[in-house]
Amino acid sequence: MSDLTKLTLKAAVDGLKARDFSSEEITRAFIANIEAANPRLNAYVLPTSDKALDMARAADARLAKGEGGPLEGAPLGIKDLFCTDGVQTTAGSNMLRGFVPPYESTVTANLWRDGAVMLGKLNMDEFAMGSSNETSAFGPVINPWKSGASNADLTPGGSSGGSAAAVAGDLCLAATASDTGGSIRQPAAFTGTVGVKPTYGRASRFGMVAFASSLDQAGPITKTVEDAALMLRSMCSFDPKDSTSLDVETPDWTQSLGRSVKGLRIGIPKEYVVDGMPAEQMELWEKGQAWLREAGAEIVEISLPHTKYALPAYYIIAPAEASSNLARYDGMRFGHRAADAKSLTDLYETTRAEGFGKEVQRRLTIGAYVLSAGFYDAYYVRALKVRRRIAEDFDNVWGKVDAILTPSTPSAAFAIGNRQIDPVTMYLNDVFTVTANLAGLPGISVPAGLDKGGLPLGLQVIGKALDEATVFQVASALEDAAGFVAKPEKWW
Amino acid sequence: MTDTTTADTKLIQGRTGPWEIVMGLEIHAQVASKAKLFSGAAVGFGAGPNEQVSLVDAGFPGMLPTLNRFCVEQAVRSGLGLRAKINLKSQFDRKNYFYPDLPTGYQISQLYHPIVGEGVVEVERDDGTFFEVGIERLHLEQDAGKLIHDLSPTESYVDLNRAGTALMEIVSKPDLRTPEEAVAYVKKIRTILIYLGTCDGDMEKGNLRADVNVSVRRPGEPFGTRCEIKNVNSFRFIAQAINYEARRQIEILEDGGSIIQETRLFDPGKGETRSMRSKEEAHDYRYFPDPDLLPLELEQAWIDEIKASLPELPDEKRRRFMSQYGLSQYDAGVLISEQAKADYFEEAAKGRDAKLVANWVTNEVSARLAAAGKDFAENPLPAAHVAQLVELIENGTISSKIAKEVFDHVWNGEGSPAEVVEKHGLKQVTDTGAIEKAVDEIIAANPDKAAAVAEKPQAIGWFVGQVMKATGGKANPAAVNDILKAKLGL
Amino acid sequence: MAVDVATVRRVAHLARIKTPEGRLEPLAQELNGILAWIEQLNEVDVEGVEPMTSNVHQPLRLRDDVVTDGNKVADVLSNAPKSADGFFVVPKVVE
Ligand SMILES: [Mg+2]
Ligand SMILES: [Zn+2]
Repeated sequence: MSDLTKLTLKAAVDGLKARDFSSEEITRAFIANIEAANPRLNAYVLPTSDKALDMARAADARLAKGEGGPLEGAPLGIKDLFCTDGVQTTAGSNMLRGFVPPYESTVTANLWRDGAVMLGKLNMDEFAMGSSNETSAFGPVINPWKSGASNADLTPGGSSGGSAAAVAGDLCLAATASDTGGSIRQPAAFTGTVGVKPTYGRASRFGMVAFASSLDQAGPITKTVEDAALMLRSMCSFDPKDSTSLDVETPDWTQSLGRSVKGLRIGIPKEYVVDGMPAEQMELWEKGQAWLREAGAEIVEISLPHTKYALPAYYIIAPAEASSNLARYDGMRFGHRAADAKSLTDLYETTRAEGFGKEVQRRLTIGAYVLSAGFYDAYYVRALKVRRRIAEDFDNVWGKVDAILTPSTPSAAFAIGNRQIDPVTMYLNDVFTVTANLAGLPGISVPAGLDKGGLPLGLQVIGKALDEATVFQVASALEDAAGFVAKPEKWW
Repeated sequence: MTDTTTADTKLIQGRTGPWEIVMGLEIHAQVASKAKLFSGAAVGFGAGPNEQVSLVDAGFPGMLPTLNRFCVEQAVRSGLGLRAKINLKSQFDRKNYFYPDLPTGYQISQLYHPIVGEGVVEVERDDGTFFEVGIERLHLEQDAGKLIHDLSPTESYVDLNRAGTALMEIVSKPDLRTPEEAVAYVKKIRTILIYLGTCDGDMEKGNLRADVNVSVRRPGEPFGTRCEIKNVNSFRFIAQAINYEARRQIEILEDGGSIIQETRLFDPGKGETRSMRSKEEAHDYRYFPDPDLLPLELEQAWIDEIKASLPELPDEKRRRFMSQYGLSQYDAGVLISEQAKADYFEEAAKGRDAKLVANWVTNEVSARLAAAGKDFAENPLPAAHVAQLVELIENGTISSKIAKEVFDHVWNGEGSPAEVVEKHGLKQVTDTGAIEKAVDEIIAANPDKAAAVAEKPQAIGWFVGQVMKATGGKANPAAVNDILKAKLGL
Repeated sequence: MAVDVATVRRVAHLARIKTPEGRLEPLAQELNGILAWIEQLNEVDVEGVEPMTSNVHQPLRLRDDVVTDGNKVADVLSNAPKSADGFFVVPKVVE
């Protein structure tokens, strides 16, 4: 076997099961990659190599006995949003530097139950608030991809930028990620990887550091659609510890792959054409429609009239929930505490000013504002009403179409520092992804082409609630048609 | 029931004329559950610091609330007991504020859609008259932790054992007008909850606390600005705090000042209320629906089931005691004030003279328990003993007077009344021969007094006393009277 | 609904984030930029629409009243900036 780190998750799991190589071998190969690449890419905030090797040996022992779960021995990266028992979890924030949870998130516990190996904790935007990984207290993640001849460092997107960069750069087989407004799908699109956000309630939020509870959902970033189907199945479960967890079966989505899309009706929402979208992105979208049509699907133009209001509504709802969710970071029981505070109020204010970065502070301030007396109805309640309108838009088209095809992002990856001047410009990154969060629908980003600078572009498939099966079916057809095989040229 | 108290008896006189106090109460009643409202940690008293704390209670990252069914059921039971509307759909909201006893930075409560809506409670005054108090709402919420200030001069210690314990907040309408009414109202709510078994009512442990909203106004004027008094955790303090606060407000108003709406703390040591500095921060709780919890939906069938399982409540029981046992409203009221007392009475009254039993229960038994610092739930005296004691009186075995002596022995654990009567030979003497013998002896020894009786018939009392003395109090008083009358020629 | 410096100061305090005086004006401008963009929500007809707080269309699950947690003082205090005798220790609170 030449380079184990280039394997897909599926191939690696099969190889491990067949004992073609050991978990320790592939784990060591990834550790070597991480050691070499991380100083440049900054994808991991905490490699856990010793733990990885321990887990790998344990997996090998099970494999030797012919035992083991569906991910037995597969080395994964874990977004630092998932609490890991005995392993520092920071959510990319100085507030939680040194925080060691004495508990395991349900999502990661499910992965370990299925035999996966943890390579380390992945960098992310602070508390998942960001679309470029630049808000991380651990510094930005650098996208393994470069544009044309330019040597400029590009963002891998965010907030799951560490996850996306690690998968694209072969620093893990696959990674966990989380998506509140597009934080799985946008980085996947920026790095030529596959990212899935399942139906809200499929993956437990227990032990996942909260950003906006009604929107947060965990999912994988992987190299292929098949890997995504495989990994998502392990991550999802009904969890009584999460009151919003859906009491439903988790299907085997690999069954949907390669299944013909003949007869499926694919909706093309006219409102997803936005000003300033590069021609290549527009062309790719049209190409995607053509591929599906050729494969026998029916392309149907649809209207989701409230689309343009999704982002503004999101920027009320998410900060409002965050302003409350992040109130627990007060320096009293865990996390950062300011030194030499003069009073209790001073302790609170200084702790939080020191512990939170600028973007988090900005959102917490907006959140407190829109919930405050006199503004609650005008902002927060109105946003919740608009949210229902957006969800109804989808309900209104499901009779006519089985899935919806859109671009994943309005552009390809941009340079670090490029969009920091104006927060709203940065927020617009999520314009195509945020609707699925507001409506709780499953969405996937599939790499489908390159722009003229050679940067990956993604297409998004959105499905009905709990109908990940159709989403995977369409994504698999797109993947087959696109034949996307490009990899970033190794410069690190 | 109509309010029979006249309006002006409720007024207090200021320097410049009469004032009326207007009060609404918020009672926080701890649900008598084993585990917390949103976590599996134990609820209880006396555990070591932070022992009854889960990571959910401590607000750790990624921790999520899950709702305790029993607590929901108790809220419904309590709502039904308050004759209030049960809302089939309710929702939990977050009340956001920073305080070291509040680990998540928000209290999960119910503002916009409480589980229980409007109701009404009938309250009895000490003089036996009744008034009604409207219930605004009852909602479920979490308790906060506890701060300890005396372990260090420069720091506070935080114990989260109490954090997350389920509370029912019962909010009254501003229907109360005197400190006595406020106390009677709290007593009534407490009794109802104890009857329902939804709260143990232990005020010493803080399991039932009241916040009192007090304002004053000229009779007939609109409501004045109110102050909320916190930390009034005994009936005595409630009355004290209201009296102090009303006079403070009247004084300010009569001096031409105005009342600032604020939260005040009652200091039991000084008998005063004072402004709570810590709560003076801008009150902007930014309530919004808790996105970790979905709307709470109840099925009518479940509510009907709970309704069917409700015990007889105090008001129904009082009415039944009056009609079934012929008790006075007062006696019935005393008996039903404690469920165990009412049960005790009913057990003892089976087949006996109920009024007599009621007298024994409300007087002798109650007094002994009070002296021992016990309530009826801890009563060491079996109800069967009271029943037997009354039976012995009824069938003439002992006199009412001797019964008191018998009771003493029984209370001291010497056995049943029958055994005590037997052991101490306290049986009433109805043998006329023995009585005649005693009468003859006394008349013979006191011929002058016997002669005087002819002129002064009421002097027979002296002879009765002497006979009773001679028979050790055991002679049947009626027989003694008859025989004396015959022998003295009356 | 333009946000002024006084409002920013009040809201920053509500959020308990120490914001130096010099930062208030720029923050007000940022917030105004975001809020101006958010204003477009006023174009949406939301007459009679019920606010949507959740995507989950199931009633809230209830758990049994059983003690399943607690007795983990070491875990509870394991990340505390300061603790003593089983308590969290915080600066003196004046009530
Ligand atoms: Mg209250
Ligand atoms: Zn309350």
